[in-house]
Amino acid sequence: MIELDNRNALSAEFTELAEFILQTAQAKGASSAEVGLDKGTGLSVEVRMGAVDKLQYHRDQGASITVYFGHKSGNASSSDLSRRSLEDAVEAACRIARYTSEDEFNGLAAAELMAQDIPDLDLYHPWDLNAEQAIELALQAENTARDYDARIVNSDGASVDSYAGLGVYANSHGFSGVISNTHHSLSCAVVGKENDSMQRDYWYTLSCMPDGLEQAHHIGQRAAERTVRRLHGRSMSTREVPVLYVPELARGLVGHLVSALSGSAQYRKASFLLDAVGQPVFPDYVQLREEPHLPRTLGSRAYDAEGVATKARDVIRDGQVQGYFLGSYSARKLGLATTANAGGCSNLLLQDSGLDFDAMLQALGTGVLVTELIGSGINMITGDYSRGAAGFWVENGEIQYPLEEITVAGNLKDMFMGIRAIGNDIDQRGRVQTGSILIDRMTVAGE
Amino acid sequence: MMQESTLDYARHALLAPGGVTESDLDKVFAQLLTRDTTLADLYFQSARYESWGLEEGIIKNGSYRIEQGVGVRTVCGEQTGFAYSDEITTSALLESARAARAISRSGETGAVQAWQAQAASRYLYGMDDPLASLSEQDKIDLLKRIDSQARAASPYVQQVMANLVAVHETILIVDEQGRMTADVRPLVRCNVSVIVERNGQTESAMSGGGGRLDLGYFLQDERADFYAQEAVRQALVNLEAEAAPAGNMKVVLGSGWPGVLLHEAIGHGLEGDFNRKGTSAFSGRIGEQVAAKGITVVDDGTLEQRRGSLTVDDEGTETQCTTLIEDGVLKGYMMDRQNAALTNTQSTGNGRRQSYAHLPMPRMTNTYMEAGNYDPEEIIASVDKGVYAVNFSGGQVDITSGKFVFSASEAYMIEDGKLTHPIKNATLIGNGPDVLTKVSMVGNDPELDGGIGVCGKEGQSVPVGVGQPTLRVDGLTVGGTSAG
Repeated sequence: MIELDNRNALSAEFTELAEFILQTAQAKGASSAEVGLDKGTGLSVEVRMGAVDKLQYHRDQGASITVYFGHKSGNASSSDLSRRSLEDAVEAACRIARYTSEDEFNGLAAAELMAQDIPDLDLYHPWDLNAEQAIELALQAENTARDYDARIVNSDGASVDSYAGLGVYANSHGFSGVISNTHHSLSCAVVGKENDSMQRDYWYTLSCMPDGLEQAHHIGQRAAERTVRRLHGRSMSTREVPVLYVPELARGLVGHLVSALSGSAQYRKASFLLDAVGQPVFPDYVQLREEPHLPRTLGSRAYDAEGVATKARDVIRDGQVQGYFLGSYSARKLGLATTANAGGCSNLLLQDSGLDFDAMLQALGTGVLVTELIGSGINMITGDYSRGAAGFWVENGEIQYPLEEITVAGNLKDMFMGIRAIGNDIDQRGRVQTGSILIDRMTVAGE
Repeated sequence: MMQESTLDYARHALLAPGGVTESDLDKVFAQLLTRDTTLADLYFQSARYESWGLEEGIIKNGSYRIEQGVGVRTVCGEQTGFAYSDEITTSALLESARAARAISRSGETGAVQAWQAQAASRYLYGMDDPLASLSEQDKIDLLKRIDSQARAASPYVQQVMANLVAVHETILIVDEQGRMTADVRPLVRCNVSVIVERNGQTESAMSGGGGRLDLGYFLQDERADFYAQEAVRQALVNLEAEAAPAGNMKVVLGSGWPGVLLHEAIGHGLEGDFNRKGTSAFSGRIGEQVAAKGITVVDDGTLEQRRGSLTVDDEGTETQCTTLIEDGVLKGYMMDRQNAALTNTQSTGNGRRQSYAHLPMPRMTNTYMEAGNYDPEEIIASVDKGVYAVNFSGGQVDITSGKFVFSASEAYMIEDGKLTHPIKNATLIGNGPDVLTKVSMVGNDPELDGGIGVCGKEGQSVPVGVGQPTLRVDGLTVGGTSAG
């Protein structure tokens, strides 16, 4: 079993340690302070070509301390949680705070925003699994993939990971919270070859609950299917066409929205969606919700990285932006209230338009189905978007042949406004949950 | 002299505080080694990081981090067992060793014959702590100077963000042969990014540099001023940029940082692990012509004070200059100890890891192409229609298919042999195994990058360097939006 030993005792110990750190900071003259303490344990096994490749045991811990002297701050972190080292870390943070500047927007989030009744989101589900069983599961996935097709000639391995962690966050408002969580995953990557064409692809499953994982043989099969179908990919002539993003890549498009609406991008004026609240950014049927309290869901959290209580909200309603992603610093900079997004977003759910993947292909008609993106190539200030891609050429809703060595380009503002449909083939593996996304027109460059 | 002191310093810093002695190490290896052990090592590390950030003209943040621990690894052929601890004590070492050895099926145990201090034949950087190389006030003043230099460079500058980072790392590697090797590594970096606005149009750019040096480096030769001015210059160029072309065309790559081409297109594909497994597009191609004649590419970990350099790698092997491609012919792969053992070759000193909590694997150091004969102007003048790309924001490669991308952050159109106008950021895509066969001209202006490269592989980041002379590539796909 991958589990934290004596979790209740650890929780009490960390809560006490956090209090010690806050008191130490106060004794050194800090007007306020905050601290995060984390500990995790994990097992990771990897098999390759039918044999164990790697067996790794993880054991991580750390403390991160921020002290404030009025509006000046300093941060220090340490992987050594002895009281002596933590005192040194507080001292280091105080030393740094002597040199940072007075910044009126700096400080803890307001005391009245601290989470009061912390709901149990049921995120801790350790896996009753030993190394042998983990190896067995990984082998099942890899064997299925290797047996799937004669063209699967090599493997990049299959792995099983299980992790359990506990984190305490406390600040000098008197807030102290404990979160325990687990996450587990199983992935498989194989290599297919035929004549001169060699391709690799993978598939994975991820959940905070062991029961939430897909079957090993299913992961192996998907990995093999995805690999084989890429063989003999070719480029295409340069043209403008509609583009369909599979769900796991569509997630990235929502990610770009989150970056553009983040508080830091807004106050730095480093976003292609400046002053966007109330503005239409998507067609009017697009709805995006932030749902931080979904039980047994990886992105859920009762409070953010500053202790602020999270709540469900609309981010996009009828295509219009309803709010940004703010922590207390960027909120004060913008003269707004924090949205409890210090540390990032929680679960984001993009409402689908009722079409399954086949119907999405029909809606694409003739164009490019993108199944892989490589490189960065995004200018968050202008929204200019240009990325390497692989996928399939589709005609009249039918997949014709694999594509590779192409780029897809456009501007995110046009791409968002040009969303024609959102599939109900929702990928639930990440904080952002979306189906496939169809964009009316992008420039695809090739040979 | 210095060799002694490095090892003594590391032992004192890493083993002494937890009271770990040589006889304790004997016990740990007795636990770790079995009859079928190919190699095993303990990697002790202590690292201190300090970072200062300026934004909106003020020092907004500063942070200090201390990390230490030990990674315990045992390798039996292709199989690796690994555990680590952030406590450096004998009991934690024994516990990690028990966990790591679970990989071996053999019940017998082995032992290390004798402990031998290993000394490097040369040292590529000093041992001094770069965090202490400038006073706090001088660090702050340096960042404020960058801010005022950037703002002085143009009235259109809206935001200046500057970061100063110093790292001091001490490592000690103890392996199954009884070898004890130490390294003390400084690393500094300065990054500047600016946002400019003119007539409602906004753009950004970044610049920076660093190496295995102290922070005084940024004060010499007006380097910090240069970073500030360079970031502003690039951002202003981008304000003028027109839509980038789309399609396959001739591309001239500038010298220095555009060497990220080599890193992505061929470097990763020549790492020993992928080739041992046969999953690289370059697998089994030693001796084949993979580049135009006259092209030589090396991975060189031995350059003094460079960001990607190491006196010894993270397995204690002295780094070297490894020829990857010579006169267009594929010569060799980059190896760590495990992959070398499995392919009956020698480690090339490319075994690197992000930290004690990560496993080593073959990684690049400084990867660059040697000079050719053409003047850069001559190369540009030879192109009727194409793109001249001089700065990049990064890249990525699919090792197996060989397809790679890199994203231009400063580029121009070439028309009738002349640079016409700047073009917007665009991603370039090509095929690693044949892109170098399309290099038709190599410049006489070899240059290394400024020292800000970070390479990611399997979730691990390590500092690297790249470099090249100006190159003409006859056919890369440019991912713009303009079909014209």
